[in-house]
Formats: sequence, C-alpha cells, structure tokens
Amino acid sequence: MKRLALVILVIAPIVISESCKREERAYRIQPPDAEVADAVPVTSFQVGPSTQAATMPSNPYENNAYALTEGQRLFNAMNCVGCHFHGGGGIGPPLMDSTWIYGGEPAQIFDTIIRGRPNGMPSFRNHLQDSQAWMIVAYVRSLSGNANPNAAPGRDDNMNGPIPPASIKKQPATQSSQPPSTVMPS
Amino acid sequence: MKRHLSIAAVVLTSFFGIRIQAAPATQPADAEWTMPLKNYQGTRYSELDQIKIDNAKSLQVAWTFSTGVNRGQEAAPIVVGKTMYVVTPFPNILYALDLEKAAKKENPKKWQYEPKPEAAAQGVACCDLVNRGCIYDNGFIYFNTLDVQTCCVNAETGKEVWKVKLGSINTGESITMAPLVVKGKVYVGDSGGEFGVRGWLKCLDAKSGATLWTAYSTGPDDDVRIGPRFKPYYDFMKGKDQGVTSWPGEKWKIGGGTVWGWVTYDPESNLIFYGTSNPGSWNAELRPGDNKFSSTVFARDADTGEAVWAYQYNPHDLFDHDEINEHIILDLKVDGPDKPARKVIVHPGRNGFMYIIDRNTGQVLSATPYINQNAAKGVDLKSGRLIPNPEMEPKVGKTIRNIYPASPGAKDWQPCAYSPRTGYLYVPHQNLACDFESVETSYIEGTPYVGANEKMYAGPDDPANMGFFDCWDLINKKVVWRLKEKFPCWSGALVTGGDVVFFGTMDGRFRCVNAHDGSSLWEIQTGSGIIGQPTTYLGPDGKQYVAVLSGVGGWAGAVVAGDLDIRDPTGALGFVNAMKDLPKATQKGGTLYVFALP
Repeated sequence: MKRLALVILVIAPIVISESCKREERAYRIQPPDAEVADAVPVTSFQVGPSTQAATMPSNPYENNAYALTEGQRLFNAMNCVGCHFHGGGGIGPPLMDSTWIYGGEPAQIFDTIIRGRPNGMPSFRNHLQDSQAWMIVAYVRSLSGNANPNAAPGRDDNMNGPIPPASIKKQPATQSSQPPSTVMPS
Repeated sequence: MKRHLSIAAVVLTSFFGIRIQAAPATQPADAEWTMPLKNYQGTRYSELDQIKIDNAKSLQVAWTFSTGVNRGQEAAPIVVGKTMYVVTPFPNILYALDLEKAAKKENPKKWQYEPKPEAAAQGVACCDLVNRGCIYDNGFIYFNTLDVQTCCVNAETGKEVWKVKLGSINTGESITMAPLVVKGKVYVGDSGGEFGVRGWLKCLDAKSGATLWTAYSTGPDDDVRIGPRFKPYYDFMKGKDQGVTSWPGEKWKIGGGTVWGWVTYDPESNLIFYGTSNPGSWNAELRPGDNKFSSTVFARDADTGEAVWAYQYNPHDLFDHDEINEHIILDLKVDGPDKPARKVIVHPGRNGFMYIIDRNTGQVLSATPYINQNAAKGVDLKSGRLIPNPEMEPKVGKTIRNIYPASPGAKDWQPCAYSPRTGYLYVPHQNLACDFESVETSYIEGTPYVGANEKMYAGPDDPANMGFFDCWDLINKKVVWRLKEKFPCWSGALVTGGDVVFFGTMDGRFRCVNAHDGSSLWEIQTGSGIIGQPTTYLGPDGKQYVAVLSGVGGWAGAVVAGDLDIRDPTGALGFVNAMKDLPKATQKGGTLYVFALP
C-alpha cells in the first residue's frame, strides 16, 4: 500500500508535467507573412524546374480551433457566404470540392481573397487584416477537409448546412483546375 | 363565355392590326417575332397556324446553331425579315443568323457583335449569367449586358451605333432583363436585389442612348417620379415620400426594388407597366416598414415617366417575393358576360396569387391563389394589402420550416402565354417550399446583402414534381388543366393560332401540347435543359418554324451551369437542395434549336 502511494507520488508529477507540456500553446500563432503569399505562383507549371512546392507556406491556423471558428464567423460577416454559401457555391464556385481555379494551397487562397480574381472574385484588400484573412483561409480549407479535423468546427453554425468541416472527407486540392466546359469560371 | 372571349380576341387582334399594317404588304400576319414577349401587351401569342393539333406530331429539327456559351440560355430568339437574332448569356454575344442560309443547311451566321462586358460582372450576377433577350425596333437591335450597359446595334450590318454605361458593378449592379422599345424610347432596369443596390428604370433615347429620365424604386418622390399625376387606388399607397418614410434611416439607399423583369406597354393609355424586386436585405428585421416601392407594380406615363399609380404586392416582403413577373395587357369580361370588358393587367404573382388589376386605376379586381400557399393569408381587396401570416414570419435565430411558395415564388421570371382563341393563360411555374433562417448581415458594397439561409424542396401540391405547367381560366379563376414535371418549369411559354402550346423542361425536353386539353402532341430531347423562351415565325420559304435555346442554368439550374456542390443544401440561395438530381438529368449546353414540319 505504502509502495503504491510512493509510486503514485513519483509518477503523478511526471504524468502531470508531461500532460502540461502537451497542453502548452504559444500565446499567439503567427500566420505566414502576406509578402510570402504574394510571391506564390497560381500554377505549378513553371519554365524550368518548379520551385512552387518549396515556396508554399503552411497555415498554422488550420490546427487551431479558435482560428477556424473565427474564420467561419468572418466568412459569414464579410458576406463570403452570400456567394459561396456553406461551401457548395452559387454566385462563386464551391469551396468544398477538389476543384480550385486559382489553386487550393493556403497562400493561393490568401492571394485570391486579398488580391481578387478577374472573373468576379472581388479584392478584400483594406477590408481584412492579414491575420483575419488567414483565419478565413483556414476555414475555407476546412470545408474540403484540409484542416486538422480535431480543430475544425464540429458543426456548421447554421440550419441545414452541409456536412460539418470536422467530419468532411479530405479532398486533395487539384491546382489551377478549371471546371470543365465552362466559358468563364468565376 | 364564348362571346366575351371572342370580343377579347377582337380587341387583341386589333392591337396586332397596328403591327400588321406597318409590316410590308407581302408579309403574312405574325411572320416576325421582334421582341421576347411578342408584342407590347406581352401575350406571347402568334397567329401562325401551319403547325396545329393534328400535325404537330411530325415536327422535326430543321437546323441548329451553337451559341458557344455553356450558361443558362434564357433569351428569346427573335426574327425580323430574313434574319434571326440571339443574345447569349455573359459575355452577351449578339448573333445575326441568315434564315435563307439556314434553310439551305449552310452555316447561318451573318455576323456577331461582342460588347465585351467586364469579366468581374460575373461576381455580381445573383442567379447565373443569364440574359433575357434582345429587341428589334426601327432598324436596330437593343440589348443589355451583365456589366450594366445597353447596346444599340445596326440590325443589318452588326455595327455598334451606341453603347452606354448605366451603372457600376462595384455597387453590385448588373442587368439581365430584355429592354422594351416604344416610339423611340428604350426602357431598361437594373438587377442586384441581392446586393443592396437601389432599383431603377431608365428611359433612353433610342437614337443616342442618352438617359431621358430615371425612375428610382425607392427614395424621395422626385426620384421615384411621383408628382401631381400620381393617383394610387389604395390609401396605403398614398402619402409623401413613402420611398423614404417606409424605411428605417437611410436604408432606402440600399433597399433593392430592382427592375429585372418585364416591361409592357398599353398604346391606348400610353402607360408602361413593370414590377419591382424584393427589398434588400432578405433579412426583413433589418428593415421595419412597408419598404416602398419594392415588390410593387408601377404604371407610368411612357413619355415622361411620371407615376400614374402604383400598387405594392408584398409590403415588407419576407421571402424574396420579387414581383417582376410580367403584366399582360388584356381586355377581359371579368365583370360578367353581359358587362363590358374591363381593361386589365394580368400578373401571375411570385407570392402565389393570380392578380387581375384595372390598368387605368390600379384597383385589384381579383387575387386568386393558383398554387397552395401559406406564406400569406390572402389579399384584402378593400385595403388592397396582402394579409401576412405571422406564423411564417422569419426571425433571427429561428428557422421557419415549410413555407410555401419558397423564394422563387409560385412563378418566377418565365413568361406566360395568352391565347385570345382559347381565352386561357398558359403558365409555366414551380411548386417549391422552403426552410428559411434569417441571419445577421452587414452591408458591404459590392458583396451580397442577403442575411438568410434557405433550403428548398418540393411544395405540398406534389412532393414528386416541382414543375407545373398550368392552363389557367382567367374568367372563372381556376386551373383548366395542369401538367407536371420533376423540375421547375423554368422556360417561357408560347401559344399559337394552331392551338398548340410550346414549352421546355429542365431535363432538356421541348414539348408541344394541345392548348385545349393539355394532351401531349410531340416532344424531343435536346442537348441540355431548356429555360429559354420559345418563339415562332415564318421562314423566307413561307414555312412556320419554332425556335428555342437549349442550355440549362438560371437560378434553378445554377447547380449545373456553375458546377455547384450538391452536398451543401444552402447553395445558390437554397435552390441546390431542390435540384440535387439535376446534374444526373442534364448537362451544360448552349444550342439554338429550330423545328419545322417536314
């Protein structure tokens, strides 16, 4: 009995300190710089050897539940939802499938939001802080299962929405793919 | 019954008579089809009778033409002399097709005119990139572009005469409607009720494109062109500056009331009639008040634009019930067979009521439900007001289920046809219910201003069929016969002197039915779903042809035209949920089909 107590006394602090370590988080998650995103090409087709893979930054917000939820709130508040709805699309293309007209990497989506695209995507420059845009990027990627499912929203905030991001099957992004036989995809 | 119908026919044909006299003497009656609704009155009726009940079964494809655009084809192919004109969805290419070459199986393209609208305009088109057609007048073709321009093109040469910019896509404006041209004046209205724009109708000089006047749908009386001549029938339509006072604060500046549907003209009273769209935003809690003059019909002096009367169908609209549907000008014996015919406009309301309105006074003579509906409790003919159903009123944080008709209404833009021979109205429409959730939204210029999540499905009239094609008896106010389709009947209707009716289906069939009993006479499978407006004409060879564009899209067909994902039921403002099976039933297209007897 005494020995058991001793064992617990020895092991408990180790377990506790280990689990504390697992819970350790940075006070602030730093998204990639906007300049990094600006330099990202829209296509993997490059003259000479492709450097695209090397320059693609990841978005740490994809692992952060708060950032993903905040991204969802901003997605609604900035009226993204009015064109893309809850991922299925309408005026703008769907965001929950594997088709990405201008690329589905985080930096490419960031670029799409901030700089706009010629076929109807407006530029949100000066309407979003960079960190907010990165949160939206994380949420947008979660719609196709490309965010960490442990962090992604477990339910959609609205009635009758589509499958919640946490349970959607991952759709690997195809880059710069245009929907077939559409004249001018938006 | 027979007698008063025949009088209506005489009155109607006397209207046509004006056109027949103006046409060359060798032209048989109704050889041409010069505007989408066929005539100023908007009847979509042609006297041509070569194709009739007993030979329609022999119809076959005479020739086809690819528009090169795979988006929703809502336009009407129009015919003037030996040339057909077709305008495509964005990028709004205008084609002139030589009917003699077409008859000889040669490529019929005479010329094409490309207005090159801004690509970004695709981002402000609420419901696919549609265009509802061009119109011919006095040697010129007039049409609008998605990026808020009106074009005038020489009908013979295809050379641009003028092109004017009437608004900006940066504020969310676009144009999808077909203009009307009367006596050297071009009437054009804007789209963008889902983007918080301020609706207007402009009158342009047909020669120069200069704006002669603008009539806003909201704002002070001067802007709405309300003055001493304004005499609405109902008290609730009276009062100074209602376009301001029926809104909170300055919300009227982003209040919608766009004019994206049909304008008709009554030569006798010199009045034009048109309806305005839903108010913005869809979330009605953000705009307490009647929200005048959204969801309203205006009667205006065709020359000065002065409002003569107005009637608001849906004060404080709750469900996106635009009332831009056509106002067909008819003389009907609605008071009884022994009383003189009344001068009326007929309006199949998006809210599910078939309105017959005295076109000179604005008095609602009748408002009869033509579909099962619970969105409202009826129309109080004394006060004129729609009686709301408080149980169905959306509130933020609450989802109201099973509202019918849903946002596209019992009938959307797709125009009816009226036959003076049968006296019946042929109504392509839809049977849709919805769940509706109001949510918070903010106005951000150039982005959608909606504030609602919706999910549509088949209405209670038939859980398996969302498309109804009705033959409606305007005198006895009842359905004579009804055809059902799985998908909404989103194409216009055409009725002819041969007592045959044409319409298309979203799964791509083009149908011809008996105007008397609705029995099927002929149908053909085309390359894509049909949401266009069929027309008919006499070819240079003296034969009757029927033309229609095949190419699915529009709000109802956005799931196919825009490659939408059917896993999101709220997609395309909730229409995706109802149209999940459409991608299996059809595919994109953009082809003109012309049919004839062998």
